[in-house]
Amino acid sequence: MIMLKDVSKTFTLHNQGGAVIPVMTGVSLTVAPGECVALTGRSGSGKSTLMRMIHGNYLAASGEILVGGLDVAKASPREILALRREELGYVSQFLRVVPRVPTIDVVAEPLLTLGTAAEEARDRAAALLARLNLPERLWSLSPTTFSGGEQQRVNIARGFIHPYPAMLLDEPTASLDAINREVVLGLIADAKARGAAILGIFHDEEARARVCDRLLDVTGFTPGLAA
Amino acid sequence: MDGAEMNIYAKVKEAGPLLSVRGLSKFYGSRIGCADVSFDLFPGEVLGIVGESGSGKSTLLSCLAGHQAPDEGGIVFDGRDMFAMAEPERRRLARSEQAFVHQSPRDGLRMGVSAGGNIGERLMAVGGRNYGAIRETALDWLGRVEIDGARIDDRPSAFSGGMQQRLQIARNLVTAPRLVFMDEPTGGLDVSVQARLLDLLRGLVRDLGLSVVLVTHDLAVVRLLAHRLMVMKSGHVVEQGLTDQVLDDPQHGYTQLLVSSVLQV
Amino acid sequence: MTTASMPVEAESYNFAYLDEQTKRMLRRAILKALAVPGYQVPFASREMPMPYGWGTGGVQVSAACLVPEDRLKVIDQGADDTTNAVSIRKFFQRTAGVAVTEATTEASLIQTRHRIPETPLTEDQILVYQVPIPEPLRFLEPRETETRRMHALEEYGLMHVKLYEDIARHGEITNSYAWPVMAHDRYVMTPSPIPKFDNPKLSDSPAVQLFGAGREARIHALPPYTKVVSLDFEDHPFVASKADHECEICGSRESYLDEVITDDQGGRMFVCSDTDFCGSRSAALETERS
Repeated sequence: MIMLKDVSKTFTLHNQGGAVIPVMTGVSLTVAPGECVALTGRSGSGKSTLMRMIHGNYLAASGEILVGGLDVAKASPREILALRREELGYVSQFLRVVPRVPTIDVVAEPLLTLGTAAEEARDRAAALLARLNLPERLWSLSPTTFSGGEQQRVNIARGFIHPYPAMLLDEPTASLDAINREVVLGLIADAKARGAAILGIFHDEEARARVCDRLLDVTGFTPGLAA
Repeated sequence: MDGAEMNIYAKVKEAGPLLSVRGLSKFYGSRIGCADVSFDLFPGEVLGIVGESGSGKSTLLSCLAGHQAPDEGGIVFDGRDMFAMAEPERRRLARSEQAFVHQSPRDGLRMGVSAGGNIGERLMAVGGRNYGAIRETALDWLGRVEIDGARIDDRPSAFSGGMQQRLQIARNLVTAPRLVFMDEPTGGLDVSVQARLLDLLRGLVRDLGLSVVLVTHDLAVVRLLAHRLMVMKSGHVVEQGLTDQVLDDPQHGYTQLLVSSVLQV
Repeated sequence: MTTASMPVEAESYNFAYLDEQTKRMLRRAILKALAVPGYQVPFASREMPMPYGWGTGGVQVSAACLVPEDRLKVIDQGADDTTNAVSIRKFFQRTAGVAVTEATTEASLIQTRHRIPETPLTEDQILVYQVPIPEPLRFLEPRETETRRMHALEEYGLMHVKLYEDIARHGEITNSYAWPVMAHDRYVMTPSPIPKFDNPKLSDSPAVQLFGAGREARIHALPPYTKVVSLDFEDHPFVASKADHECEICGSRESYLDEVITDDQGGRMFVCSDTDFCGSRSAALETERS
């Protein structure tokens, strides 16, 4: 479902004398449907960079990034938008939303863009927020003022509201208490069971051990860090 | 699953652009307004155009909207060549299938005419002759832009800045245009009012399938509203692509400078 | 009153005051206006020996149309004997030496301010209106360049905005005069400040109708038998209304009435605004009775 072939990434800093910084090289990996793969490697080794490239947020310098049938490295912006809308879910560490929009609408939005009726979208959002133990009195408030753990759960709900066949998870359990961590691990297990291909970053080793089928150390792809 | 995958991208490829711009240039004497701008805008898509003052983004917008005649290039709207079109037809398009939201509501509203009259004008311009129906539509749109229906007979001069801007949007969208040009629509508003307007615009774009060309210098606004982004400098497009990709991984030196110059909060 | 009582000073003035070149220019504008019903034709408005607002546009149009054989009638608000009407009538008696009359049926050219005579006009008559503001869109759009473009492209949504505003504010269209009309299915025009009661008389009239605005330097026109439709909404249709009384002099229920305040206690009476109509009706009634 997700397949990278010899992908590399460089940053060119035009305002600092045009310095070219190679950050990743020779990345190849595969994530099959129903599989969960964890990226490992120390901080700065390029785990997030890799996830961002697969999401189309960073441009790859070379190589192929296949998600479903689409090569993200060469796809047009419109194709990437369609991919994100229908096939590729993403749970980031950061919540980026229009201020003042109620939490329930933030969570329902991906369904609305898919054309789901507003009422059904809200019902599904409500069910998911309830499963994640977010108090109902918060649903009508904007998540911008929430605590880290609450924002994290909003992000997760937004990422799991649609059964994406491919998912990217960036630290999904980082700021959660034990109960909610269980809920999230359950969501991941459910996604795997329905055949989703999942690539994630988990600093939480116990969580990683429970849901991930394989580990992939990205240090080997990082110029200067590779042994 | 493969069949479904083929489908979503086939859909993307199949749908023709609503607006096609090729080699558009506008010169003010020897000074460049905008030069050799080309892009396609598809149904339901929001294209952000960013750049500093004088970068040519407003010149480009006014050429696209037909407020100024470009010196070179072509614009095709829904298969129709905008420059081969007679003026009456172009103006008819401008008040039915297209719309323009100005930065200042004063430029886009009739300040001496009631809110209902402001919304109704485009309906009457395309032949609406039933007072009751016009008023009902105006009330419906006031609701959609979150203005109390009881204010329908008040003049916009009695409204706050945010309300005026929402009224301007209602006035423009009442004839269900397919393409909307927006020039700094959140420009003169307080931050909290901006947020509400952004949310409203996002909802309208999604629910009505609007295509939007959005000119702004506010990178936070384009991140939340625009699907794609075009960066302009000295009249030229220096970079374009997916909005978050251009903002998070800018390739051109100017874009890198622009992005890194934004104050973080 | 007869023409003989007034000396003609043909040696002092050109016929009908204006020089021949000016009248030619005016006639060209009038012909163009007749060819494009409702379209406002610019002309080089002259200084006239009377202030703007006293009918300088109407007087120039009349001057361009008058021939020595004409019989002239001048009315102001329907009356032949008001200051304005008397001055203009005297002006042409003196400068053109034409015959004058107060009888609508006898006049070949009628200059009017704010009324159309009650007596139906004929193909042998010309009606000249004095117009203060010829642009019906001016109230909403102050730019002349923009209003001209709106006429050219038939963008008349704005005109209905004005009517919409009236209904929204007052429950009905409050224009009791200068109600805008559509001439010949093409141009929106102002009928000048005539009461809306008179609007139906504009349409399909056998007479030539000419509208002159002196200060604004515009002439527009309706050739005989032109279709003229008063603008309205389907659910708020145009109604030609008048005061719901009868004339206290001639008893007419059909004619347009003026309300006249008779004392300081609020006493009032309604009488025909068309003095000729009222007078001849009263005379006819007298004759019947005797």
